[in-house]
Amino acid sequence: MGRYVARRLLQMIPVFLGTVTIIFFMTRMLPGDPAAAMWGDKAADPAQLAAFKHDMGLDVSKWQQYLNYMGDLFTGDFGKTMNGRKVIDVIGEALPVTIRLALLAFVFELVVGIGIGLLAGLRRGKAFDKSTLVLTLLLISIPVPVLGFIFQNVFAIQLGWVTPTVQSSTNLGQLILPAVVLGSISLAYVARLTRTSIAENLKADYMRTAVAKGLPKRKVIGTHLLRNSMIPVVTFLGTDLGALMGGAIVTEGIFNVQGVGNSLYHAIGRSEGATVSGFVVVLVLVFLFASLLVDLLYAVLDPRIRYA
Amino acid sequence: MRGASQAKWVVAAVAVALAATACGSGGSSSGGSSNGAANAQGTFSYQSTEPQNPLQPANAMEVGGGRIIKTLFKGLVDYDPSNGELRNQVADKIETTDAQNYTVTLKSGWTFHDGTPVTAKSFVDAWNWSANTKNNQINSDWFSDIQGYADVHPDEGDPTATTMSGLKVVDDTHFTIALTGPVSYFEYKLGYTAFSPLPEVFFTDPAKYGQSPIGNGPYKFVSWEHNKAVTVAAYDKYAGIDKPKNGGIVFKNYSQAEGAYKDLVSDNLDVLDQVDPSDLASYKTDLGDRAVDQAQGAIQSISFSLYADDWKPANLAKVRQGLSMAIDRDTITKTVLNGSRQPANSWVAPGAMGYKDNTCGEYCTYNPEKAKQLVTEGGGVPGNKITVLYNADGGHKEWVDAVCNSIRQATGVECVGDPKPDFKSSRDLIKNKKVDGLMRTGWVQDYPLNANFLRDVYGTGAAANDAGYSSPEFDKLAAEADKATSVKETADLYQKAEEQLAKDMPAIPLWYYKTTAGYSKNVQNVKYDSFGDPVFTQVEVKQK
Repeated sequence: MGRYVARRLLQMIPVFLGTVTIIFFMTRMLPGDPAAAMWGDKAADPAQLAAFKHDMGLDVSKWQQYLNYMGDLFTGDFGKTMNGRKVIDVIGEALPVTIRLALLAFVFELVVGIGIGLLAGLRRGKAFDKSTLVLTLLLISIPVPVLGFIFQNVFAIQLGWVTPTVQSSTNLGQLILPAVVLGSISLAYVARLTRTSIAENLKADYMRTAVAKGLPKRKVIGTHLLRNSMIPVVTFLGTDLGALMGGAIVTEGIFNVQGVGNSLYHAIGRSEGATVSGFVVVLVLVFLFASLLVDLLYAVLDPRIRYA
Repeated sequence: MRGASQAKWVVAAVAVALAATACGSGGSSSGGSSNGAANAQGTFSYQSTEPQNPLQPANAMEVGGGRIIKTLFKGLVDYDPSNGELRNQVADKIETTDAQNYTVTLKSGWTFHDGTPVTAKSFVDAWNWSANTKNNQINSDWFSDIQGYADVHPDEGDPTATTMSGLKVVDDTHFTIALTGPVSYFEYKLGYTAFSPLPEVFFTDPAKYGQSPIGNGPYKFVSWEHNKAVTVAAYDKYAGIDKPKNGGIVFKNYSQAEGAYKDLVSDNLDVLDQVDPSDLASYKTDLGDRAVDQAQGAIQSISFSLYADDWKPANLAKVRQGLSMAIDRDTITKTVLNGSRQPANSWVAPGAMGYKDNTCGEYCTYNPEKAKQLVTEGGGVPGNKITVLYNADGGHKEWVDAVCNSIRQATGVECVGDPKPDFKSSRDLIKNKKVDGLMRTGWVQDYPLNANFLRDVYGTGAAANDAGYSSPEFDKLAAEADKATSVKETADLYQKAEEQLAKDMPAIPLWYYKTTAGYSKNVQNVKYDSFGDPVFTQVEVKQK
């Protein structure tokens, strides 16, 4: 186990370096000059533009910029935004907000998704199962902006239960609506994955044995059925946690949540390469650790899986 | 239909959960008559965006930071929001006999928010610092009229001086400005925020200051919660003529205008910047008499790439005039743009001093027959096809397509939009003069004077001359106007220069921008100036 974790951690290094490198060059290859863009519709003053570029470290070759960036990164310096703030501070502000939002969405899709999936799987072919399939199909096919828009109009404008946008990102109550929107698509997948897995495992030998042993129903379903059916779901949930954090751009935009998605959106719009790369570095780390966690969970769920 | 009822149950459960947690967080009370008693200490919120740069007067070009700076600082003069006329603020008088040498006398009693007095030195030091290339101020070229600018801001290399020879402090309340040449409307420029004074404390640590500025304006800085809001509070010792009628402003960040609009409708936001395009059709019914629809000092046009081989020949002016006549401005502004723009018939936006109605004359009037005739007489469009370059991220597609349709139907010239993914990439092409055909251009006034719409956009080599237009006649008239001894005369002379544009048609004026906005039930007396900004100091917060 220990050796497995160590090996996995070592494997992360080339993945990490690779993604950071790719993102660095991708953001720097976007068309348009970020320094000149500060002047908007007006033509940039050439002397001032040159001074800006020098100050932002944009007056050297892309490779030199890359080396400088990587060098700084390993000393914990993520660079600066255009309004003179450290990127690390911007991340530090946005990340907790998005983590709160993503965790809420995660809990929502976990509890509701597995719950619905379990019930549907147990009652395969019955009305509940069929309506679950329809409902989840509906959720998968509605684009997030549409869903967000509908929820905003129904719950905020017409019913007046919440404010249309989030007024304070520390207020969990206000975050529920965006979290539901954010988690809804994954919820549909979780429900469907659980349902299929449950329905399949119902026919497994160990289920028959468990029932034959006369175990109470709660134990049959809880320990034997659910636990064995969770492997595909956990795989999905693991990668989904990362996707929730990165994919919050749309939801955060609709509900005006000042998190990672919003910051990324603005940074891309302003070609702030340093900010974009900084956020992506953090997201890559989230993904890497989430997938490590998933792999470790396999062994917990299914003791036959062992890591030497 | 058990399936349906189950689905309903799930929705209901979510709804119940939301209702249970949302209690007490939403629901700001609404109501009150339109002219209730005002609470002079009350604060209101305004739809804003995260400032792009540190908050320094010479560093605010975009609206997010620019507006905040305008409330924190006050320069020598500003523009009366009701009519755009120049009025003195910190300046007691600004005198000149030759439009080149100015003597400024300051009023006494003005203080910065830290209590230190505003003196002649506060201005001179601030301008010298801001003009210096090394200090990276985005508005540094605003000082280029002043003598000695080239020393602190050379075209290349490091500055050779830290002060401009044209600025001299006489005593605490007097200083002189010497320009490199006569600029009759220099006073008008002085209303721009870049010319604001700075307190001594600024120079000790500009970087720190940019995060918590100390100004001399009607409002003092309270806090900047990055990516969330900037808060300012009324400054009780403010010496200007526009004392705040409210206690302060919260500039609340919105990443999408739709969200801000919804917050406004539900009274969670007090004053709106602009109604988003999708709500334009209904905002007047939603807001009633709280809806705002008024002219703004900005114009949308399409310019010709006069530097490209296709458009170089001089005889093509007729073709350009013909294309302008082929555009049905009235219909497009009413339908495609939902009435959010006003058809243009000159190159200067109304509200600016020197604006003259209909300088474009018949060339800006829709007339398909005459349009076709002019295009034919001018020898036709090269290749019988034109493209209109625009940035796809700014909501321009619809009207560009409509303009093209109009041209196609009226003249038979093939016309297509040429979208570029974003503003930056389209600006790159325009700036580097790599456009062949037409391009979307626009101008938002820096100061409400026609010179700003003409000299700075159509003068030979002017920074914003995207068309590459160069007319000796226009330049001559503009130079004469600049030498005039009064602003009034300048404005009149610039109208003559504007007539030349109708003859050459380097750019087709399409329509003027309008401020389409609104306010919540919590505030009253909300008016907008020609810059499209609310008159912040006049806003009254209703007594609760």
